[in-house]
Amino acid sequence: MAKALTGDGSAPARPAPLAVALKDAVVSGVITWLLLLPLVGFRATESGSGPLTLTTRFGLVTVFAVVVAVLRLVMHLTVWRPGREKRVAATPSALAGLGARISPLAKPAFFTLALLYPLLAVVLSGGLTPSRYWIDLGIYIGSYVMLGWGLNIVVGLAGLLDLGYVAFYAVGAYAFALLSTSVPINDFMAGHLGEGFWAAWSFWVCLPVCGLLAALWGVILGFPVLRLRGDYLAIVTLAFGEIIRLVLINWTDFTNGGAGIASIPPISFFGMPFSAGDDGFAAHFGLTFDPMHRIIFLYFVILALAALTALVTLRLRRMPVGRAWEALREDEIACRSLGINTTLTKLTAFATGAMFGGFAGAFFAVRVRFVSPESFTFIESAMILAIVVLGGMGSQIGVAAAAVLMIGGMEMLRNLSFLKSDWLLGPDFDPTLYRMLIFGFAMVAVMVWRPRGLVSGRLATIFLKERKTVSGDLVKEGHG
Amino acid sequence: MDVFLQQLINGLTLGSIYGLIAIGYTMVFGIIGMVNFAHGDVFMVSAFIGLIAFLLLTTVIGLSSIFLVLAIVLVVAMIFTGLLSWTIERVAYRPLRGSFRLAPMISAIGMSILLANFVQVAQGPRNKPLPPMLTDVIVLMDNNGYQVTLAYKQIVIMGVTVALLAGFWYLVQKTPLGRAQRACEQDRKMAALLGVDVDRTISLTFIIGAMLAAVAGVMYLMYYGVVNFNDGFVPGVKAFTAAVLGGIGSLPGAVLGGLLIGLIETFWSAYFSIEYKDVAAFSILAITLVFMPQGLLGRPEVEKV
Amino acid sequence: MRRWETDPILAVDHLTMRFGGLIAVNDVSFSVGRGDVTALIGPNGAGKTTAFNCITGFYKPTLGRLALSHDAPASPEEVQALTANGQAHAATTGGALYLLERLPDHKVASRARVARTFQNIRLFSGMTVLENLMVAQHTRLTRSGLLSPSALINLPSWRRQEKEGLDRALHWLEKVDLVSRADDPAGDLPYGDQRRLEIARAMCADPVLLCLDEPAAGLNPRESAALNALLLSIRADYGTSVLLIEHDMSVVMEISDHVIVLEYGCKISDGTPAEVRSDPAVIAAYLGVDEEAVEAVEAEVGL
Repeated sequence: MAKALTGDGSAPARPAPLAVALKDAVVSGVITWLLLLPLVGFRATESGSGPLTLTTRFGLVTVFAVVVAVLRLVMHLTVWRPGREKRVAATPSALAGLGARISPLAKPAFFTLALLYPLLAVVLSGGLTPSRYWIDLGIYIGSYVMLGWGLNIVVGLAGLLDLGYVAFYAVGAYAFALLSTSVPINDFMAGHLGEGFWAAWSFWVCLPVCGLLAALWGVILGFPVLRLRGDYLAIVTLAFGEIIRLVLINWTDFTNGGAGIASIPPISFFGMPFSAGDDGFAAHFGLTFDPMHRIIFLYFVILALAALTALVTLRLRRMPVGRAWEALREDEIACRSLGINTTLTKLTAFATGAMFGGFAGAFFAVRVRFVSPESFTFIESAMILAIVVLGGMGSQIGVAAAAVLMIGGMEMLRNLSFLKSDWLLGPDFDPTLYRMLIFGFAMVAVMVWRPRGLVSGRLATIFLKERKTVSGDLVKEGHG
Repeated sequence: MDVFLQQLINGLTLGSIYGLIAIGYTMVFGIIGMVNFAHGDVFMVSAFIGLIAFLLLTTVIGLSSIFLVLAIVLVVAMIFTGLLSWTIERVAYRPLRGSFRLAPMISAIGMSILLANFVQVAQGPRNKPLPPMLTDVIVLMDNNGYQVTLAYKQIVIMGVTVALLAGFWYLVQKTPLGRAQRACEQDRKMAALLGVDVDRTISLTFIIGAMLAAVAGVMYLMYYGVVNFNDGFVPGVKAFTAAVLGGIGSLPGAVLGGLLIGLIETFWSAYFSIEYKDVAAFSILAITLVFMPQGLLGRPEVEKV
Repeated sequence: MRRWETDPILAVDHLTMRFGGLIAVNDVSFSVGRGDVTALIGPNGAGKTTAFNCITGFYKPTLGRLALSHDAPASPEEVQALTANGQAHAATTGGALYLLERLPDHKVASRARVARTFQNIRLFSGMTVLENLMVAQHTRLTRSGLLSPSALINLPSWRRQEKEGLDRALHWLEKVDLVSRADDPAGDLPYGDQRRLEIARAMCADPVLLCLDEPAAGLNPRESAALNALLLSIRADYGTSVLLIEHDMSVVMEISDHVIVLEYGCKISDGTPAEVRSDPAVIAAYLGVDEEAVEAVEAEVGL
């Protein structure tokens, strides 16, 4: 938890920058040392079943304190040095200029890369089986891109802060899990449409149902809360998200509680199972059976679902309802003075976002083939929201980039095995433990660094002569 | 009647703890209008600091007077938690003051995740138990074997809470700091123009809120005898519920809300179902916000056209 | 010609608005003539904006009736019948009748077609000028539903509709002389342009009654003159009735047909600009002296 003070300590007119920097470095070092002393310097260790014993690690605390002090010193003498302030201010505009130049190419490039990704993964990793890790990662990122785009409708366009988005993800996942494993439905379908029909087709039949159910829940939850504003709305949605999760845990008869629902049927190629049998996908297309076919197909399904989300959002933004969402974010009172039914408009945003969350949930269930309340914690909502905010609210390409950065980055953290070497942190070191720690730290750091996210401008939805980007400083973030 | 009385005592004890945390939420919301999401985790960290201090005093130094130990632990936890909260405000919230409204909230969520995982990494993921202390009880009633008891630690918790609240009330109502705080709540810019050091006032607000949370953390540790890195979230949400129920921004409201939430939780667990007690807390939060957003003692908000 | 007596578009009866113990508007009755420019004036804190907020549905009045008639005046019997049956809307012989105090704010705008501007300009500052005018046509463009399939898949019928909306927006851009700024963010415009844009936006909502809250505030004399011309053209070319709150007496006296004066929540004068100008109660209110004192001074100077 090494932290640094804000760099406002050095006013331009101050005489000796080195003295100031040194003083600041010492102060922040001491503060870091004190902060880390109780919980890093001491550790309450369990010794079998006996009472806790204390072990000490003062060396580690000192190392951290020195690191922070040196970092502060270096920063003061370089980036925060009084004379450099102008150049610091100039950097973002250069960045923006670069962004403006690549932005027309960014979208096609991104989409092409997404399409070719499995091919690249297979070629670069040298075969279907070794590419498994990369394609799984692609699916994982794709799910978050879709969730980010779905939540973007609610938070980025309509300006409604939703901290319980994971509830709709859970509704979609559980709806699919319950429907696809339901014995009565299976029997009914077997009676009318043939044995094995439900196992093969359940995903394709249930996908729209899951989306609609999630949208319905969006309306049910949204109706009472949408007149609340700002932080209150955020807290109520958080509460709803938690209530749904707690009900999933406790309503054992219906959801099987914390044990979750297993043996969900796998995805099929529109009715053709990915199996080694004669009626399987591989046999039908004359390929040798490989379990990776299913994984690659899953990748394209999530790609299609995400593309659907993006296209629908794009279309909605150019319709009156989409403009009303954005207007709502800008000024709710003015909206009402123009005859916009704000409750209904907010509900459509909430329900549309929820619907895509429901689709993503159904996809999650068919991919993992197991759902449990564990997967739908508040952290998940926070992660999706962080993706949206980091991406720059309202910007689809920004959200996609943020999802790649965050999910990819968190995945990289799993592989920090060099830290296990003896001289550093020892073989007991578990890098996965640090993932969430670094995630939390990154959330704070990114907010302090770029509170408006990666892409802060907003592209106009209609234009007379040229489509201009509205600077992020003018775009409001909504009141509800 | 006897069950009722026992639950009343338990509920008031729990409510005192929630009330102490809730003050931190309500003060910060009052002064800078943000929900300090990390406050629940600050509370959890303070319980850990208390645990370390307790172990240090009892096993290393070997103090035997439990009250002396508790007093020192309280002071140590308050100092370190205050410092932590000051740093958090300085690093994660102050640079975002006056920017984009969502930014401090996201930053606070990040800070909450950071704190919980920091403790997990530094102290390990398992429950940290303490040997039971202050185990004596006063038997108030004995009804065919069902004893209504008032434990010493419950007396300590309620006593410390009352004493702290009295001191705190004095601080807010009668000192220049309290006046500066109330001025900043009304209009930060104007207060700054009139010579109130706004940054310092906000810093102090965070420190005071954290110190009260630290007391709550030590009380929590003493009461339950166990603490875990995950213990910040749910008590944090419940304390926030208390703040909202009492009317956010209102200090007596936070205490009243805390007591109510404590009572509701214990009675719900005793008479209905213990599984759904957190659902009850979250539902109360949602219902209050939807139907009575100004809370019990808060001022209603008039929409400006 | 006193059109507000013969053909009122809006009849305000016994309007009262209390905030706790404060009576902001106290039993005020007046009428707004169809096609008139009506000015609501008075010192600060007289209750003008509160009355406005009641008319446009943002406040629910404590007491009182706000009857708005489309196309033709409603007979007293029709107004009585609607008041008694508890509904908000009825068809009348000549048109339609709305009781604004019974409508939620967005329906005051979408159904009763009352549009307004705000004292502290409320544009969608992060959207472009053109987008602002498109949002204003929300009611018309969502006639076939908020999520109409024809718009969702961009059918020709929808494109035609959108083209009409774009043309209307362009028409108003020309009218307020902002065509060159159409693709700029509204928040980037200078103050005077923002004021005009807000009026254009309100007009794009196709109102029968346009309520302007201090449209000339903060404008320089040249902008103020342009505003006068715009308001007169709105009345002459579109037949829209205009109700405005204004402190700038040059605007009030030059363009209004009818002036209502409020002070401390009560109506103290009501009539043509000339009548109001010579009303001792009004002079007293504005000069801050007693009515008797004004009369005494007037007698002295031989008025």
